[in-house]
Parts: sequence; structure tokens; C-alpha cells
Amino acid sequence: MNIASLLAKKGSKVITVQPEQTIRQALGLLADHNIGALVVVDRDSRPVGILSERDIVRSAARDEDVFVKTVSALMTKDVILGVPQDDLESVGRTMTDRHIRHLPVVDQRRLVGIISIGDVVKAQRDLYRGEVETLQIELTEEHGKPAGR
Amino acid sequence: MTRPGTEAQPLRVAIVGAGPTGFYATDQLFRQPGLVVDVDMYDRVPTPYGLVRAGVAPDHQKIKSVTAAFDKVAAHPRFRFFGAVELGRHLSVDDLRAHYHMIIYTTGAQTDRRMGIAGEDLQRSHAATEFVAWYNGHPDYRDLTFDLSQERAAVVGVGNVAADVARILSRTPEELAATDIADYALEALSASRIREVHVLGRRGPAQAAFTNPEVRELGELTGADVTARPEEVEPDELTRQVLERAPDRATQKKVEILKDFSRRTPTGKPKRLVMRFLVSPVELLDDGRGGVAGMRLVRNRLYATATGTLQPKATDEFEHLPVGLVFRSVGYRGVPLPGVPFNDDWGVILNEKGRVLDAQSKLPLVGQYTAGWIKRGPTGVIGTNKPDAAETVTGMLEDLARDIHLRPADASPAAVERLVRERQPQYLSYQDWLRLDEIETRRGKETGRPRVKFTRVKDMLAALGRA
Repeated sequence: MNIASLLAKKGSKVITVQPEQTIRQALGLLADHNIGALVVVDRDSRPVGILSERDIVRSAARDEDVFVKTVSALMTKDVILGVPQDDLESVGRTMTDRHIRHLPVVDQRRLVGIISIGDVVKAQRDLYRGEVETLQIELTEEHGKPAGR
Repeated sequence: MTRPGTEAQPLRVAIVGAGPTGFYATDQLFRQPGLVVDVDMYDRVPTPYGLVRAGVAPDHQKIKSVTAAFDKVAAHPRFRFFGAVELGRHLSVDDLRAHYHMIIYTTGAQTDRRMGIAGEDLQRSHAATEFVAWYNGHPDYRDLTFDLSQERAAVVGVGNVAADVARILSRTPEELAATDIADYALEALSASRIREVHVLGRRGPAQAAFTNPEVRELGELTGADVTARPEEVEPDELTRQVLERAPDRATQKKVEILKDFSRRTPTGKPKRLVMRFLVSPVELLDDGRGGVAGMRLVRNRLYATATGTLQPKATDEFEHLPVGLVFRSVGYRGVPLPGVPFNDDWGVILNEKGRVLDAQSKLPLVGQYTAGWIKRGPTGVIGTNKPDAAETVTGMLEDLARDIHLRPADASPAAVERLVRERQPQYLSYQDWLRLDEIETRRGKETGRPRVKFTRVKDMLAALGRA
């Protein structure tokens, strides 16, 4: 299973911010959309970084003036980008190993979505549940006890 | 007016698509304590169960027993089925909006993805889904023909459907005769001259989508010897690294099964099933008369993407594979429904966790939902649609609690029945289906098969005394 199927039910809406915007503006976006991270994009809508609530908290803990700083000052620049054909399995492993909570997804360098570690865990759980459900049907049949009929 | 969901005013729900997801969603609605729900389920074919009837391979009867659970759901007094009724043909979205509080689209992924290579449209190059629908007796596909006089066939893809197609092509007539495969397909496959089936995966065994039981089954066919090439099933360096870092028993087992295939020597069975990996067709070759004569394959090697996924990259090594019949099974897509916003990027209904979104505003459309493959794309097994349907139903209940639902002009069950009868007098009810089921099963018993399917709508109607 690839991560396109996670994006398929997210309506492909990605909340983005530009590097020269302020942290105050970024916080407004995080609060308005009830999300944990913003994809930072340049003027051509290409992802250039990611700004998470953690990045802001870490800075605010030692800097009163965090609100007027620019997004580019606080964002993580060496952001890992996924592609829709990436396997759910390897994406989950990479996000866990590298402590990444949000993964922007690009297609031909165009930003097409963002998935969170929560999305990945839920998709994996649903896959396992589905397999268990299906195995149970087959096992029930094997023991000659089909329900009904 | 009070909120719908009571004895006096039941919540009226229409479900479009009578496959597993539609039944899972129905079941979850019926299980809500204190909620009174009427469910009307529609399908464009006369019979229920979707891909359990028309997709699951006939030699996999065990999994088909899931329909017993669906029949229990259908026995609920507030359930109705309208078979042979198609959205966009007999009823429109507006018709549904005028009669229901909520609509769920569960129409699945009805078409296949193309390979995007030259020669794809030559004769004897087919979508695997069409072959599957054909051998399963789907009324819309029963009249297709496949040239089984060819001796060599290729199946492009290594997912579950590819495994099904390869297996059905390799089965003996005796094995097929014990299944509920469509009569005409049994006849055609019994006369098949196919001797060699090549299954082509673009990555290695560790990345193949088919499950271990399915692979193992390919090695246990009575009429076909399975083979693989040692150099193609041996994990490459990148795959080995992944398996060492994150040991995964199922994947290791899959590699082991295929390595075992590569060590086997043919035992003289009439057919040969060749498992190939790290190859992609780049062109289908013309026999000079518009038919497939073979394919040009390129060898791939794997590279790791930024997230560590191993993907194929073409090398400059090519090979020629002579085959006269090709089935492509490289993925599936949903088909847009008339009047329902579609997300072309992913081939699904435009939605957020099952709430259908307006194409412009990207905000939820009141009372319209989706679940299953048409919501998330074709992934997982039948049971995966249960948690998926649950997510959608949860959203519906949240909306209902906030009094967000359609305000139908006439929500009475009788009004719907009048409308359907007017637009499609030949619709089938669940009672009709149970009668057909009984006849099919009885016909099967007489010939030692699980059932003998009706494959033409007019035959179904005749059997019900309505022709």
C-alpha cells in the first residue's frame, strides 16, 4: 500500500506559509486550522522547509521576541519529502526512526499533500484490522460454521 | 421538526454500491443504539455483494462465505435492496437528495490503471479486471472474448489480482469445474492452449503486493510447475539492509517461498508458471495484424527514495518475451459518478475522511459521504473496508448530532419505491436475490459445484418469472 491512499481521503488541502511571513502569522494558521505543522513554500509553491509547533515552542522558551521572527529563521530546512508512490511501511519506519511527525508529499516537485504520523499509524492499524477480519471469516468457514444459511 | 433517527422519523440513508463496504456501513448504522435507520441499497447490477461475487476468484470459495454476514445485515426489517438500478441512468443525485437524509457512495474502483506504453491497445492485450469480471460471470463482461488459443501469456503486476489471473490460467479443467466459475468461462478455459504464464513484477519479491498464502498457492498447482530465476528472487543489497534493520517475518517468508520456486526443477506438469521480478514492459509488439506478438522488457534495479521506499529504475538491459496474450494488473482507479465531485489525482470521490467535498470550496457537502475503494483507492483486503466504513459512519453520526443532514422533500420509503418502479420497473429486491441464490445453489448441487451463476439479466428475470 502506498501513501497516495492516505492523501486520497484528505481532500488534498495543504496549509502553507511563506518563509518571510512572521511566526505570529504562522501561529494564526496553526490555530485556525487546528494543525501541528505548516509546509513552508517558495513563490513557485515548492516546499523549502517545514515549521512545526515544536520549532516555535523551542524558540519561545528562550526568546521573548519569537512572534516577530520570520518563518525562515525557525523552520527546519532539510525537510524529508515523500512521493505518492512511497510505501506506507517504509514511510512509517522512516518517520519513527527520524522522529518526524509530518511528511510533505510532492509529485514532480509540486506539493500534493502532507501526512502525519497519526495518519500512518491509523492506516497501518486499519490494514491489520482488515486482515484479522478477513482471516476470521476464512477460519470460521474452515471449521464448518458459516454464520446464517 | 425533530432530528431524524427516531421511530416517528427514521434516518433515511441511501447507499450506492452493494459491495462489502456498503454492507459494513449498513451494519454499523444498524448497530447504533437508539438510532432508527432505514437503509436503501442500490447497485447497477441486479445482484448484491460487489466484488465478492464478481471479483474474488472462483477457486477462493472460503472468502466468499463473508456473504453470510451480509445476508444477516440484509435481513434487518429496515433494509431494502434495489438491484439493476444505476445512478446517473435511473436515478440522479438530486433524486436521492429529495428522498434521503444521507447518501453514501460505495462504488469501488471500477477501472484499471493503464501501463502507458506503446502497443497497450493491441488485440489480446487486456485489463486483468475485465478477465476477472468475465470468468466471474459479471453481466456487463460476460460477452467479452479472450484468445485462449495462444500458448504464452503474461500477467503484468504482482498483486492479488495478478495472482488470481495467473492461477486461473494455470488451473486444470477438473479444478475449475469444482468452482462457481461462469459456465462459458469454464468451457473456454477447459479448451485453453496456454502452456506458459509469465508473471511480471517491476520490483523484487520483498516489495511484491501479493500475500504469502497467495504465492504459496502458486507453488501448489496440480497442473503447473512454478519457476523463478535465482538472480531475480535473491534480495539486492538495499532490500537486505531494510530486512536487517526492520526484520519482518512475512516479507522474509515471501522471499523464502520464491527462492524455493527458483530451486525447483520442472516435474513434467502440462503448464509452466514463470515468476519474474525486476522487469517492466516498455512496449507491446505487434504481430503485423494488430495483435500482440510479444513484449519488450527492461530490467530494473532498485533505488531508495527519501523515505526509504525501494522503487524500480530502468537499466539499459532489455529482453524480448514472446507472448500472445497480455493481462495488465498494475493498479485500479475509481470511476466518477454523475453529479459527485471527483479527485482526479487519486481516482477517488473528492472527500475528507469520507465526507464528500464541494469541488470549488473544498468544504463538505451536506448529507453526502463515501467509503471503501472509491474513498481511499484500492488498498487492503475485503475486511479493510470495515474500519474504513466505520470512519465514514462516525462522521455521519457527528453530523447528525449537529443536525447537519439533507432535508428531503419526501422521505417516505413508499415514495422511493414508486420512483424506482417508474424509472426501472425491472429492479430486483433482496427477496428476488435470495430466490436467485437458491436456484444458483441448487443448480450447483446437481453438478457438484458451489453454484451455477446466472450471468444474463434476462435469465435472472426469467428465473423469477418476470420475463
